[in-house]
Amino acid sequence: MHVKAQVAMVMNLDKCIGCHTCSVTCKQVWTNRPGTEYVWFNNVETNPGQGYPRQWSDQARWNGGWELDRKGNLRLKAGGRIKKLLTIFSNPDLPAIDDYYEPFTYDYETLVDAPLSDLDPVARPHSQLSGKPMNLEWGPNWDEGLAGGPEHATADPHLRDMQEQVRMTYEQAFMFFLPRICEHCLNPSCVASCPSGAMYKREEDGIVLVDQDRCRGWRYCVSGCPYKKVYFNHRTGKAEKCTLCYPRIEIGQPTICSETCVGRIRYLGLVLYDADRVQAAASVPDERDLLAAQRDVFLDPDDQEVQAAATRDGIPRDWIEAAQRSPIYDLAMRWGVALPLHPEFRTLPMVWYVPPLSPIVSTLEGDGYEADPDDVFGAIEHMRIPMEYLANLLTAGDVEAVRGVLQRLAAMRSYIRKREVLGETDDELPGLVGLTGPELERMYRLLAIADYEDRY
Amino acid sequence: MSGQTAAVAAHEFFRRGEANEEGWSLLIGRGRDWEHAYRDRWRHDKVVRSTHGVNCTGSCSWNVYVKDGLITWESQAVDYPRTDADRPNHEPRGCPRGASFSWYTYSPVRLRYPYIRGSLLERWRAALARASDPVAAFAEVAADGTYRSERGRGGFVRADWDEVSELIAAATVHTIKAHGPDRVGGFTPIPAMSPVSFAAGTRFLSLIGGHTTTFYDWYADLPPASPQVFGDQTDVPESADWWDSSYLIVWGTNLPITRTPDAHFMTEARYRGQKVVVVSPDYSDHVKFADDWLPAQPGTDGALAMAMGHVMLKEFWVDRRVPRFEDYGKRFTDLPLLVSLDAGADGAHVPGRFLTAADLGQDSENADWKPVLFDAATGQPAVPNGSVGFRYGEEGKGRWNLGLGDLDPALTLHGRHEEAVEVALPRFDVGDGPGGGVMRRGVPAIRVGDRLVTTVLDLMLATYGVARDGLPGEWPESYDDASVPYTPAWQEAITSVDRRLAVKVAREFARNAEVSGGRSMICMGAGTNHWFHSDETYRAFIALLLLGGCVGINGGGWAHYVGQEKIRTFAGWQTLAFALDWRRPPRQAQGTSWFYTHTEQWRYDRLRPGHFATPLGEGLFAGMTAMDAHAKAVRMGWMPGLPTFDRNPLEVADEAQAAGVDAAEHVVSELKAGRLGFAVDDPSAPQNWPRVFFVWRSNLLGSSGKGQEYFLSHLVGATHDGPLADPLPEGERPSTVNWRDDIPRGKLDLLVNVDFRMTTTGLYSDVVLPAATWYEKHDLSMTDMHPFVHSFNPAIPPPWEARTDWDTFGTIARAFSKLAAEHLGVRRDIVATPVLHDSPGEITQPRGEVADWRAGECEPIPGRTMPNLTVVERDYGAVADHWGALGPLAEQLGATVKSATLLPDHEVAQLAARNGRVRGGAAAGRPSLARAEHAAETMLALSAVTNGRLAVAGFRSLEDRCGVPLADLAEGAEETRITFQDTQVQPRRVITSPEWSGIDEEGRAYAAFTINVERDKPWHTLSGRMHLYLDHAWMRELGEALPAYRPPVDHRLMMAGGRPQDGDGTPEITLRYLTPHSKWSIHSEYQDNLHMLTLFRGGSGLWMSPQDAEAIGVRDNEWVEAHNRNGILVTRAVVSHRVPEGVCLMYHSKDRQIGTPRSVIDGRRGGTENALTTIAMKPTHMIGGYAQLSWSPNYYGPTGSNRDSITIVRRRTQKVDY
Repeated sequence: MHVKAQVAMVMNLDKCIGCHTCSVTCKQVWTNRPGTEYVWFNNVETNPGQGYPRQWSDQARWNGGWELDRKGNLRLKAGGRIKKLLTIFSNPDLPAIDDYYEPFTYDYETLVDAPLSDLDPVARPHSQLSGKPMNLEWGPNWDEGLAGGPEHATADPHLRDMQEQVRMTYEQAFMFFLPRICEHCLNPSCVASCPSGAMYKREEDGIVLVDQDRCRGWRYCVSGCPYKKVYFNHRTGKAEKCTLCYPRIEIGQPTICSETCVGRIRYLGLVLYDADRVQAAASVPDERDLLAAQRDVFLDPDDQEVQAAATRDGIPRDWIEAAQRSPIYDLAMRWGVALPLHPEFRTLPMVWYVPPLSPIVSTLEGDGYEADPDDVFGAIEHMRIPMEYLANLLTAGDVEAVRGVLQRLAAMRSYIRKREVLGETDDELPGLVGLTGPELERMYRLLAIADYEDRY
Repeated sequence: MSGQTAAVAAHEFFRRGEANEEGWSLLIGRGRDWEHAYRDRWRHDKVVRSTHGVNCTGSCSWNVYVKDGLITWESQAVDYPRTDADRPNHEPRGCPRGASFSWYTYSPVRLRYPYIRGSLLERWRAALARASDPVAAFAEVAADGTYRSERGRGGFVRADWDEVSELIAAATVHTIKAHGPDRVGGFTPIPAMSPVSFAAGTRFLSLIGGHTTTFYDWYADLPPASPQVFGDQTDVPESADWWDSSYLIVWGTNLPITRTPDAHFMTEARYRGQKVVVVSPDYSDHVKFADDWLPAQPGTDGALAMAMGHVMLKEFWVDRRVPRFEDYGKRFTDLPLLVSLDAGADGAHVPGRFLTAADLGQDSENADWKPVLFDAATGQPAVPNGSVGFRYGEEGKGRWNLGLGDLDPALTLHGRHEEAVEVALPRFDVGDGPGGGVMRRGVPAIRVGDRLVTTVLDLMLATYGVARDGLPGEWPESYDDASVPYTPAWQEAITSVDRRLAVKVAREFARNAEVSGGRSMICMGAGTNHWFHSDETYRAFIALLLLGGCVGINGGGWAHYVGQEKIRTFAGWQTLAFALDWRRPPRQAQGTSWFYTHTEQWRYDRLRPGHFATPLGEGLFAGMTAMDAHAKAVRMGWMPGLPTFDRNPLEVADEAQAAGVDAAEHVVSELKAGRLGFAVDDPSAPQNWPRVFFVWRSNLLGSSGKGQEYFLSHLVGATHDGPLADPLPEGERPSTVNWRDDIPRGKLDLLVNVDFRMTTTGLYSDVVLPAATWYEKHDLSMTDMHPFVHSFNPAIPPPWEARTDWDTFGTIARAFSKLAAEHLGVRRDIVATPVLHDSPGEITQPRGEVADWRAGECEPIPGRTMPNLTVVERDYGAVADHWGALGPLAEQLGATVKSATLLPDHEVAQLAARNGRVRGGAAAGRPSLARAEHAAETMLALSAVTNGRLAVAGFRSLEDRCGVPLADLAEGAEETRITFQDTQVQPRRVITSPEWSGIDEEGRAYAAFTINVERDKPWHTLSGRMHLYLDHAWMRELGEALPAYRPPVDHRLMMAGGRPQDGDGTPEITLRYLTPHSKWSIHSEYQDNLHMLTLFRGGSGLWMSPQDAEAIGVRDNEWVEAHNRNGILVTRAVVSHRVPEGVCLMYHSKDRQIGTPRSVIDGRRGGTENALTTIAMKPTHMIGGYAQLSWSPNYYGPTGSNRDSITIVRRRTQKVDY
């Protein structure tokens, strides 16, 4: 056992209102400058949709992340050093600016400066790259809220194998929001892709960074990251990425995206893990075993052996305490309601997600008149978001894992409702979803009341 | 370890640094010093608390970061006082719009200097050189007037503050002198978002006798159902109270988009077991959170609500009776009150007016104003306490309460009735026009004297179609009977909502209310409120809540969220904003009717009040247009009309003085003789035009102006083809309002805009003054969504030549006084004001009858049958001194708010000490208001929500009237004084106050009307109870005495009479046109912000369904033109399966100054979304003098409803030309 500490995040998609405040505060603090106009360290995507950059999760196209070779060993999907050397000046896996979007602005000054003329002045869009007038055709959030759904959402890679089942019609409409930052992976393919050794994962907290002094702008990190969360600053010629707000983390403040999340969906905390198990966990043959394997990397901070090992490995006492107070371990491990984004990329991402519940499709079982008015929640089987879709996103296609999480969320609601409205305690329900009453209560407090100091 | 991970192995060949012992974590040879780069970016010099003063309910506290003297970015404050341990806290409150605000500070859209159109400046300078007196010079410029047609066409030049201040002052003095002070006006909305900045200009206007303009009704954010049912403008639960709700229907308000900082209370309450039901035509952000989605067709929500009411009444009031519901109904609603049944045509009866104490032959004080119920204990009619008849006069002292004593109100007469009477009731789903048809149902009745009476509940059951034994009439067979209102099957045909789903939700909602003690809540808002008939829709919603006993209960009730109406520091704000400390009463215009009149929209309006009258009506609107109704309402003292008379009121006062007669008598006799007229009777006459208009804190022309083309053509006078509509033909024109063949084009002599950015309003103004942003000034902020008061503070001083609003209007006031001392001196002004709600004026026109003195139906008596007339002396030379000091009426007269009196004598002395006394001048010795902080401090000190002493004193004064204990509600906070400094340190929780109806206390969220329910304090209504029945003659004429379903306005009526647009055979489609609130802006604010533009396609487009897009051959993101008789919108299509067929959505509000090309249709610049809308006024909203149906600013009045529109959409050439 080799104990290491990692700052990790959980986002509760069930609470995400898709407001993009996280994106804007992050943008204002970190990438509001020349060279990074198109860069959003944090962005929010509408699912189903193409995302930013377009279809980022389609590794058949981008070749990001890891795969297993014929011997079952991990290797970069984009290929090894020979291939890199051959393509170092024309990386075929690199997204073009149009895959992100061409950043634009307006000639606002004309509103004040325009001379007397026939028509009222108007500010027109101009490219921030060329300075020329432009026609807007894509943006970092172009398909927000199912905009252009029939044209764009159908190209969502997460809909693979579901085209027969999911149609972009009013009757079947569903959506949810997916905020994304760098995953600060335990097995980061961006770091492994860097020819200059400019990327590293910080020893003490696992934050993945691009050394701005050493970066030579090869951009293999950009293509190597399957989440497309490393960006190229065209002004400095260097790669930049989400820093997990280390200047704030280091002084005890949560990341900007976390603290400004008005949906209160973000949880930030320290987790302890066993560095010795990382490679094995990333290398399990069956993609559907990756979730369990990745969970197996985490260490129980309340376990005395773990604590002793952590101390031995140089982790300070207050860090161990922080790991014990961390909401991440509760959500991802104890209650198992948080899931990793695309575990099949084999990078062991450190930003996990609680999947969303969704409205019941308006088909009533039998005669609606006879429904019990005290039993108000519909079955998760009838929810609008196809579980296969969530499974493609969060469990490498394992529908049962998603169902289990949704059942726990639904059980929590029913359990608390009975108590709060009818004054009854349901002793059976917690057991049916593999938890105890007190555990459901604690989960309820963390997800519902979610005090500042409990979130971070 | 144990070897390297694959990560390292793979890039070993390129790596120049060294791996650490784990292999995958690399330590670069040079170390990690470079990490300082990002730490340096984060580093800053100071953090200042401020907020955003836009018209949203956010009122979020923010931290503004400053580095090297520059604002860098902002993030939300997280230091709100905490709730108790079992509730979510408020932090962090904010949204992406607010988070992007600092972009404006140094952006190129920022106004850095005063601007004036160069051509006007040349004319002004030339005239000044000739006249050598600024007032005379302006008279010359205005008489020439050619500059008006240049408005909106660019050509601004940088100007000098002193020079433009003198110009503005000269225009104002000239107007007062030549036309009258009520020809000067201003528009600024929503004080809660920055009351000091609001008051800066309104205080100036009030001192000179100019008018301010209401906004909450104009924005259609006022729900007229609130005054109708509750007798209050709007009072709702704060968002934290959603947590208390166990059944939440979200019905017309998109909580994640429009209540972004608060939405978490809903998402979190779901985990507490709350069920969320969303009713929405499109699958929008809030539907994501629903357990059930009811996709009702736009504008049909009332049908669904009525059907749910049918289910509730049948299952919970007839088939089974719920004691809690009945007890609540007896005590707090008008359900047991007796209503006369009047003989109608064909033998059926029609519901008439309330039976009153006067009808019982009682001659007690205000007997006409005391409704009657049937006392089951004695078997006799009885007069309960609490009605408005007890609110005023000696006899009512100590009896204005809802205590029942020994009374046992009978909810129904069924079983004790003498007759089963057939009544004719209106229905609006059938018939030839909007007036609908008639249905016949039966009610149980008894005779009281010569009157046949029944109860409101019996009428409700008849209306909703819930049959009982032995009653005549046509009743539905079952829920599946779609032939008559209001069954679940009937609504299905109208709303498209599955009848079973409607039944299920109604049953769950009621059952939840039963078992939870009323914790069923409906959140409602613009989606259901912005309709012409929103009051009937809302009353159908509120009926569900009253039938479930949910109003006044934490976690229950109506939760209306649109607009930011709740200025918590009401008393202090009102005193300062309208200069009540110096002069009373102020002039206040009703926004909708003022704009309707002065943008000449009345000349195009095809909707006549009579269109909406039920066949059961008496023809009260025969021959009337809405403009006739408005003119009538003005002369009867129901509503304000400004300017008031067709002459300068200063001269009318002089005439009276010269003749040695009382000014009011003089006005009455002149009016009777026809020598004096109301301006509203001839609004196009130049002497009745508004002349000088100030717009600040608002983008009137680019955002809120319904009928944008009418504004630009007629009020502003821009060269423009104007609306595409034809004026009314002869025979359809008003019968009492003069029609002039020349339609005015450009009434205003001067339009002044104060803003920090250039909007359409600025582009069309003559003078644009650069304002300080929200990060550059002191002010206050508060909202109905949270219980805190907090502050704006300058992170930096106003840059370039920007000034705070307080400073700006101080500058203008000083320039004005300098010229006015000589030109105007001291004058007497006759101010006409309507009879007011919450004042004895509200019981002046009894029995809900309409008596027009001009028709000889009564005598004109000021303050009773016509407006109040008050002589106000104005010392024009002293305006600046008065503006800058707190006047003596503050402590001499105090403030009366909803029958509670606050006398801040002690506070005024304290303010003099804290803010300093004015030295010299007309306000010598008075407390200073020189600075914005002084104004903020004064508002806090004079309001009961922030001053515990006043709260307790106010409640004590109310106790005298009510006779129930109330003062204890605030006694725990009697020593609390929230000062401005407190608000700078942390948002501060307010005190329970008689200014509001809910209880603010530790561990409890604010819920409206909890004081009423828990303390038996009456509502501010006719009966003191919440009203389902409204018996005013005009309400009955429209068939709206009770809740009913009224469909959206028939567009064949509304859109008739427009010039046909040649489409060259281009395919077109007609769609219902909805303008919901945007995710990327707050009205037009932020829609020009680069971050918001980037996050959604460079601005809002026209959302439409794939089917409709296909029908006109348009693809996603292609340019389209949407047009109707009002104007043209040029935008891009957003094609989405989220939108149902037959509907398009244009999010409010995309101003036309960003990315709007020319139209192919007319070659002009495309309009905003309001280019397609128009003002339509509902006559019942004009009613006055009748208890809760009385005027008060932003309380009752016609709303600028905008949802009943349709538009024609076509694909246009894709090459666009700007």
